[in-house]
Amino acid sequence: MGEPRIMDIKDQPGFRTIAIICLLVLYVPVLILMIFSLNSGSLVTHWEGVTLGWYGTALLNEEFHSAARNTMIISVTATIVSTICATLAAIGMTRVKPWPGLAAAFMVINLPLMVPEIITAVATLSFFALIAGTLGLNFGIGNLILAHTVFCIPFAYMPIRARLEDMDLTLEYAAADLYATPWNAFRRITLPLLVPGIMSGAALAFIVSFDDFTITQLVAGPGQTTLPLYIWNQIRRPMTPEINAISTILLMVSILFVSVSFLIARRRAK
Amino acid sequence: MATATLSPTTISKAALFEAQAAKAGARRNRLLSLPALIIIGIFGVLPLLIICVYSFLVAAPYGGVQWHFSADAYLNFLFQRDIFDDTLQFTPDFLIIYLRSFLFAVVTTVICLLLGFPTAYFMATRPPAQRNWWVLMITIPFWSNLLVRTLAIMFIIRDEGLINNALIGLGVIDKPITMLYTNFAIQLGLLYAFLPFMVLPLYSSLEKLDFRLIEAGYDLYATRRQVLWRVIIPLSKPGIIAGCLLVFIPALGAYVTPLILGGGIHLMIGDLIAQQFGSGRNWPLGCAQALILMAAVLVALYFYVRNTSGKVQHG
Amino acid sequence: MSRKKLMAAVSSAVLLWAVPALADGELHIYNWGDYTNPKLIEKFEKQYNIKVTLDDYDSNETMLSKVRAGNSGYDIVVPSDYTVKIMIDEGLLEKTEPNAMPNGKNIDPRFLNIYWDSGRHYTVPWQFGTTAFAVNTDKYKGDIDTLAILFNPPDELKGQINVLDDVNTVMHAAERYAGVPRCGADKANLKKVNDILMAAKPSWKTFSYDTITKITSGDVIVTEQWNGATYRSRQKIPAIKYSYPKEGIEGWMDNVAVLKGAKNLDNAKLFQDFLMLPENAAMISDFAGYDNGIAGSHKFLTPDFANSPELNPPAGAPTPEFVPPCPPDVVEIYNKIWTNLRK
Repeated sequence: MGEPRIMDIKDQPGFRTIAIICLLVLYVPVLILMIFSLNSGSLVTHWEGVTLGWYGTALLNEEFHSAARNTMIISVTATIVSTICATLAAIGMTRVKPWPGLAAAFMVINLPLMVPEIITAVATLSFFALIAGTLGLNFGIGNLILAHTVFCIPFAYMPIRARLEDMDLTLEYAAADLYATPWNAFRRITLPLLVPGIMSGAALAFIVSFDDFTITQLVAGPGQTTLPLYIWNQIRRPMTPEINAISTILLMVSILFVSVSFLIARRRAK
Repeated sequence: MATATLSPTTISKAALFEAQAAKAGARRNRLLSLPALIIIGIFGVLPLLIICVYSFLVAAPYGGVQWHFSADAYLNFLFQRDIFDDTLQFTPDFLIIYLRSFLFAVVTTVICLLLGFPTAYFMATRPPAQRNWWVLMITIPFWSNLLVRTLAIMFIIRDEGLINNALIGLGVIDKPITMLYTNFAIQLGLLYAFLPFMVLPLYSSLEKLDFRLIEAGYDLYATRRQVLWRVIIPLSKPGIIAGCLLVFIPALGAYVTPLILGGGIHLMIGDLIAQQFGSGRNWPLGCAQALILMAAVLVALYFYVRNTSGKVQHG
Repeated sequence: MSRKKLMAAVSSAVLLWAVPALADGELHIYNWGDYTNPKLIEKFEKQYNIKVTLDDYDSNETMLSKVRAGNSGYDIVVPSDYTVKIMIDEGLLEKTEPNAMPNGKNIDPRFLNIYWDSGRHYTVPWQFGTTAFAVNTDKYKGDIDTLAILFNPPDELKGQINVLDDVNTVMHAAERYAGVPRCGADKANLKKVNDILMAAKPSWKTFSYDTITKITSGDVIVTEQWNGATYRSRQKIPAIKYSYPKEGIEGWMDNVAVLKGAKNLDNAKLFQDFLMLPENAAMISDFAGYDNGIAGSHKFLTPDFANSPELNPPAGAPTPEFVPPCPPDVVEIYNKIWTNLRK
């Protein structure tokens, strides 16, 4: 009789295959996008040969620089602010005794999720124009950051809430029994447990803000063009592989940025 | 353990203390929710009030609104005056578009769930050090620009695109399969765009799965399938619901992807509303259409939160 | 370095990077996407030591929405002909009198007394062109100089047509095909047009502005297109031919205007004057791919482009028609027909 096979309790049949296929399929268009950035032809649809020329054009393109700068400033700030607000709100609204107005608060937080983008765009444009006209208040790029934060909050909120629901409260009760202050209990028990939820929420918020075009188009002021706006507005014009080069550059920079942050965080944790 | 004598004063003091603690707790929770509520309240809800006002105004010929009251926009949702003889007729066209969007959103949610659940489970069962990298892996494709990514999808599925050329070259088919500018293309685009919105909340919920419970299930002679259906899935319910909401609701109003991949012939709610602010030049109608959509979704959400909040779980 | 110091350093670096450089003056331009030659802007910036910001929009409607909302912050916008008329009527443009500027004499006399700005008191020509359609003659060999290709296509073209998502372009083309006047309020005529459109829609594949990609990728054989876009498409597929329909052809012109209340009014006027020099106008055409309205600029263009069939209609082709905006009641019917068509 041979050794009994050790069963991996975590394994579910077919799940690994589906997961790998999904990830691969997600990457195919991105790879094509990147390959076409090397296209020496001047259209995004016909392949004509290899060249690095478009990267040169992109790197010298002033509009690309300013659009990329704006996009990063807006999306990173909006992600950070919205994730913080969403985390606080999720803690205050999940697993707690229902306080008066909880249902209404939940609907307010998820309101931006259900508004069609063009409506948010027109509404926000009108609103900012109104307060600029009557109160003289214009926050510059802050207008865009606020607009983005608004629709990022529900995307950050839901994964964090999902994590909090059903989370084991006994750990926090134990901390309380051990005389931990609420802040300490939060910082050293709840927050670390929440991290995967917070990361998922931040990732979603970033994706949503990074790609936003409709709302940014109407709310942006002079000098606030973002990358999606810059690329999309070329739709009536011949689209060259420069937009592929631009996308690839930004993609690489984002990956680099996040990898470096990760490595720094890991080294500090050691 | 010796119990202190419970005199009536002690009991009421304890009750008072608990009530105060509960109130302080409620106050604390309200305060915690305040930043999010203030930001959305001022910059999300107030602008929407402007939209409500607009929906009751008259459209100006070249876009914008004229400040006369009119409920025509809402009337036009179901009834339209024939352009030429002015008779009022029931027009199901907008309802059909809403239904179409609804179906797309449902199919997208279901398929995202079927594909996303295994993916999230896979990610959640990787060794802890690897998990963050898997989260990165799933989100990286979305750090490229949406339009360029959609163009890449078009390159793959168009009549003279990658798939058709490959299949024709291999001799599997002789005429290209039409995929682009059809409902199939729209569905594909939606699935692609919304997969991470299902996977990430699911992952967030599955990651904290206590595998001792699964082990217990196996100890009780459950099969893999039983463990899946009776332990794992119920435990990941919050993640499933969060993922479904994050996919279904935005998919209802999706605009860019269906427009480009559908070619503008198969209208969905997002395109329809966006058109009213563009070449359709009917802002009040666009506002009314959006408000009707939102009202329907709000009602559904309200019932969700009533049923899930207040469930304080003890581990 | 402590974490706090690192954060401070990074934040300052980011802020410094984000703050724009200071110059003598500023100019904020709001133009169509990918429509402004960066070299032109550089030349202007160097000549006058003005810092220029350039932002884009994708349609007149978007630009109008922002301008109407007020406090847009822009000095210069580039509306199309009918949009200029609307903006002047709504009091949104500054009367800068380009006709009296030093280079004003260079404006092509054909475009001096046009309906949207007769005498050029507000605007300067940027680019102009015609709108018809292009056909890939590799795939269709018949006569293309008729609007029947769009509205009553032969069988091999059914389902292979892209139409612009633009109410004016499509309505006017249908009116020409029906033989009825533009902007007519006659209900019977409008009904005729409506019926033509509804009958033609099943033969159309897509409604899109992305015309160059659509025809060069083979998605469609025919696409409504602007002449400059056809020139670009023809560089990829030489068989693509621009049609000059016998029923009539639409003309359009994008113009440079200064917004009322613009903060940098003097710089904006300098820019308008700058654009009326033939060699600068040629720089615009070189980049954007269309003809411009400044006399004497053609000698600065490449001969292949200056002599192309897209810029030079063949003998016997109809004159391009610049159509003014219709009266509001007619526009309302147009919008209703269009919403009905697009849903």
